[in-house]
Amino acid sequence: MMKNFYSVTLDPEKCKGCINCMKHCPTEAIRVRGGKAQILYDRCIGCGECIRACSHHAKKVNYDPFSIIDGYEYKIALPPPSLYGQFQNLTNINYVLQGLLDLGFDDVFEVSCGAELASQVTRMYIDHAHNLPVISSACPAVVELILMRFHNLKDHLLPILAPVEIAAKLAREAAVKKTGLAPEKIGIFFISPCPAKIFTLKTGLGSTSSKVDGVLAQSDVYFRLVEKMNAIKTEPDERMTSGLLGVGWASSGGEAAGVLKEKYLAADGIENCISVLEALENNTLTDVDFVELNACPGGCVGGVLNVENPFIARAKIKKLRKYMPVTRSRIEDFGRDLSYFAWEKDPETMPVFRLDADFGKALMKMQQVEDIYAQLPKLDCGLCGAPSCRSFAEDVVSGRLPEGAVCPRLKEE
Amino acid sequence: MSGIKLSYRVDGDNFSSAGEASEQVKMRLKQLGVDSSIIRRVAIAMYEAEINMVIHAKGGMAYVEVEPDRIVLSLQDEGPGIADIELAMKEGYSTAPDTIRALGFGAGMGLPNMKKYTDEMKITSEVGKGTTVDMIIYLSAK
Repeated sequence: MMKNFYSVTLDPEKCKGCINCMKHCPTEAIRVRGGKAQILYDRCIGCGECIRACSHHAKKVNYDPFSIIDGYEYKIALPPPSLYGQFQNLTNINYVLQGLLDLGFDDVFEVSCGAELASQVTRMYIDHAHNLPVISSACPAVVELILMRFHNLKDHLLPILAPVEIAAKLAREAAVKKTGLAPEKIGIFFISPCPAKIFTLKTGLGSTSSKVDGVLAQSDVYFRLVEKMNAIKTEPDERMTSGLLGVGWASSGGEAAGVLKEKYLAADGIENCISVLEALENNTLTDVDFVELNACPGGCVGGVLNVENPFIARAKIKKLRKYMPVTRSRIEDFGRDLSYFAWEKDPETMPVFRLDADFGKALMKMQQVEDIYAQLPKLDCGLCGAPSCRSFAEDVVSGRLPEGAVCPRLKEE
Repeated sequence: MSGIKLSYRVDGDNFSSAGEASEQVKMRLKQLGVDSSIIRRVAIAMYEAEINMVIHAKGGMAYVEVEPDRIVLSLQDEGPGIADIELAMKEGYSTAPDTIRALGFGAGMGLPNMKKYTDEMKITSEVGKGTTVDMIIYLSAK
């Protein structure tokens, strides 16, 4: 797959050429060359670890400006449940939904409604799945990681659209019906907690086409929204279409809880996700039916575009979920069959770590990597601009570094 | 076209690092572009053998040769050895101590799994001297 959209970019003015981002990248997708960090985009899963690690704020998320909504006649906001955990003293989610309307949107469609539908479809799918455990496909960074590094596990991925895609599809159709406008006059805008979701919504993963017209950032919408929410004088109307199950998707374990099965596992944080995937690949993790993996600590509330600390946000959401009905949306209400929620295409694996497409040449190159690596100090200091001594050797062999490039530590001696 | 030889020391006194060698090998095979179903078989067989070495023999050496048509694994230890190999091969037979079982290992499936996931497997063992497990997985199914 050619990537022609980048969800994480670098501000070269702010980049000091330190190696913090490079050392934190779980797929070794960053190099420091000429004193600036570079992203090897074919390896970037959009997890946002580099953004977390950069103390100079040189790493940026490529989201749409708020003004993009002005280009559409009828505008619909898709707030994710993680957004509900960002506010001080919020007791009623309808303030958030009303605030979005006051901000200029004509309607709102909760992503947590899409999540409840996804949970229902997942329950039906698992009962007939022969490829247990089923691995959640809701976190796009995890899906990208599996497509790049855990090809064995691709067939375990839950082949249904993400809640935001389900919400976007249903929202557009409902708006066409309600307004009589052409579908392209309707603008659907997701308010994202992370760069990974921006990337998949722009490029499609299990989707053949982008379901949204723009992706805004929670951090960018937040202050505008708080202002509108504070100006609400009377108790807002009831607009919620999700219950505690859908809202629970905001944090780790929420999606798994919605499967209503006992044998599940939920892990969060990209390194933990990798450990679980390794265990699945080694056959050492058995007797689970469902595996939920979230690249961010705490789940989606831990995405880098959130304003609040993930664990505080999680506590706030827990409070908001009290006294909510379990669900408010079921697929029967929408009169859709299961195929409506299924992946529209099978995402392809990406052999980005392969040294060469030809096995014989790959063997030769690996021998060269081993020979170079044997000479290196194995300090993984990052001075050369590669995250480890091994990746330095791989860079030389793969031509990412000029032939004859020398380890700066060895040069000193 | 020649193959490549890799070797790993498996640390015996640190159970929490058990499985690191097979993880390394898995990554190397992915870099070589080996078919993912083959990688899965190598990963399972090598992981089981590596864990066995840590549990029973205080570690040892793991040698991996990737040849154009096959992958040859040899895990060699200087542990207590296996007195009755036939018995050890039985599903469910285990001599792992309770402390190891408490961690979820020692189900007596290690050797049977190694046999199941490889094309050829040979155990050479001498009580008091050590054990060598040789395994071959052919790439021809590619």
